[in-house]
Amino acid sequence: MELVTPEFGTVFWMLLSFLMILFILKKFAWKPILTALKEREASIDNALRSADKAREKMEQLKADNEKIIKEAKNERDNLLKDARLVKDMIISEAKEKANTETEKIIKDARVKIENEKNAALDEIKNQIAIFSIEIAEKILKKKLESTKDQKDMINDLLDEIKLN
Amino acid sequence: MHKNCRKVGLLFLVLLTFVLSHNVLAFENPEEAEKEHTSKTEHEKEKFDPGHFIFDHVTDSYEWHILTFKERHVSIPLPVIVYSKESGLHSFWSSKLHHGHSEYKGFRISEEGPDKGKIVEIMKDGTELKPLDFSITKNIFAVFISIGLLLWIFISIARKYENKKAPSGFQNAMEPLILFIRDDVAKPAIGEDKYEKFMPFLLTVFFFILINNLLGLVPVPPGGANVTGNIAVTGVLALFTLVIITINASKYYWQEIYNAPGVPWWMKIPIPLMPIIEILGLFIKPLVLMIRLFANIAAGHIIVMGFFSLIFIFGDIIPYLGYAVSPVTILFTVFMTVIELLVAFVQAYVFTLLSAIYFGMATTEHH
Repeated sequence: MELVTPEFGTVFWMLLSFLMILFILKKFAWKPILTALKEREASIDNALRSADKAREKMEQLKADNEKIIKEAKNERDNLLKDARLVKDMIISEAKEKANTETEKIIKDARVKIENEKNAALDEIKNQIAIFSIEIAEKILKKKLESTKDQKDMINDLLDEIKLN
Repeated sequence: MHKNCRKVGLLFLVLLTFVLSHNVLAFENPEEAEKEHTSKTEHEKEKFDPGHFIFDHVTDSYEWHILTFKERHVSIPLPVIVYSKESGLHSFWSSKLHHGHSEYKGFRISEEGPDKGKIVEIMKDGTELKPLDFSITKNIFAVFISIGLLLWIFISIARKYENKKAPSGFQNAMEPLILFIRDDVAKPAIGEDKYEKFMPFLLTVFFFILINNLLGLVPVPPGGANVTGNIAVTGVLALFTLVIITINASKYYWQEIYNAPGVPWWMKIPIPLMPIIEILGLFIKPLVLMIRLFANIAAGHIIVMGFFSLIFIFGDIIPYLGYAVSPVTILFTVFMTVIELLVAFVQAYVFTLLSAIYFGMATTEHH
């Protein structure tokens, strides 16, 4: 029976000892250990989470970079295309301008040539008139050397005037 | 820290040697040794009594018996502290009682009757009266040793945690156990939001039971005491569980006991059948905790001692038979000890787990 009968003294000392160890361990062992474990877990958790975040950010950055590169390429293509268009336009414009200019020059030249020609013709006409008068003078001089001739001439002319 | 630990260890060793030498000194007194001897020779003729042998070990005692060599008991004497209504407070070393063979200051260890094996005061008319017994018995002393060990282990580990370095050394051995109690016992049983309050008790109870179970398997002091196989010790542990349940129980828990919802009315009126059962259950829970731990550990010790008794039982018949049986017995004992090693962990775990489950039941707000 002794085995299953709790002894008063044992209960007393056990109560005292267990209370003591419970409070000492609670204060000096379990509290620091459990808080340290919790902190460690929290820090590991944080580290993992921030690593995940960093990875996500990296991926986003990568995507952004790709997007930017793509945009830049597009921009370049557009610019090139525009430049080509502008070039073509400029060339065609220049050609047109040149054409009109030449046409205008040619036209002017033609007008000038015409004018010159006309002037030249006028001059030639005048010269020819002068030359003809001189020739006529010379011929008349030669023809009217004799008086008779002079008379005949005057008569002819008079006849002509009368007729008129 | 380490210096302090060493100092404490040294102090303990000095104390132990002092106590031992004190004991040995007691024997060097020729008169007393003579008395011892004569009383011993009378005993010698007795046949080996396995029941006595086993119960001597399993029950508590006033001294810590190490061995008996050539009819001399070598044991660590422990302080006897008794309070008698007649003669007041007394304290003396248990070696003064000479293993129950002599009386001191009117006290002796009772040899028969209801207080057999306990210290009693001899009245003037020759009858025995049991005083209030606060003696530091073997089990109490073993409790002190285990408490010292627990404090040393866990306070030094706690210091390591304050350094915030990677865990090292013995800390690595204890951390999985602490995490096991937290993550696999407390959290699932009590709940994520309330478990923290109960952690100190659960951890203390787990490691207290574990260290005492393990020390109980060591055959020489400071091991070998049957602490967790003592019903008073397990009773106090269970009492703590009961008190913590009662303090922390929710309104819902009490309602469940006194007026359980969803139970037919005729179970409560006119005879409050359900409340009676529930109130009984309130006390049966810790009672079962107490008995389970006590019975498991005591049984383990009894079986191991039983195997050892076989040697002496056979030796009593023919001495050589005793020698022949001993290898088998030792084999059995080793086997049992290995099982007991498992039991040491399992029982510590079961006590902690059930306590945690009871706390969880007591703190639930609703189903």
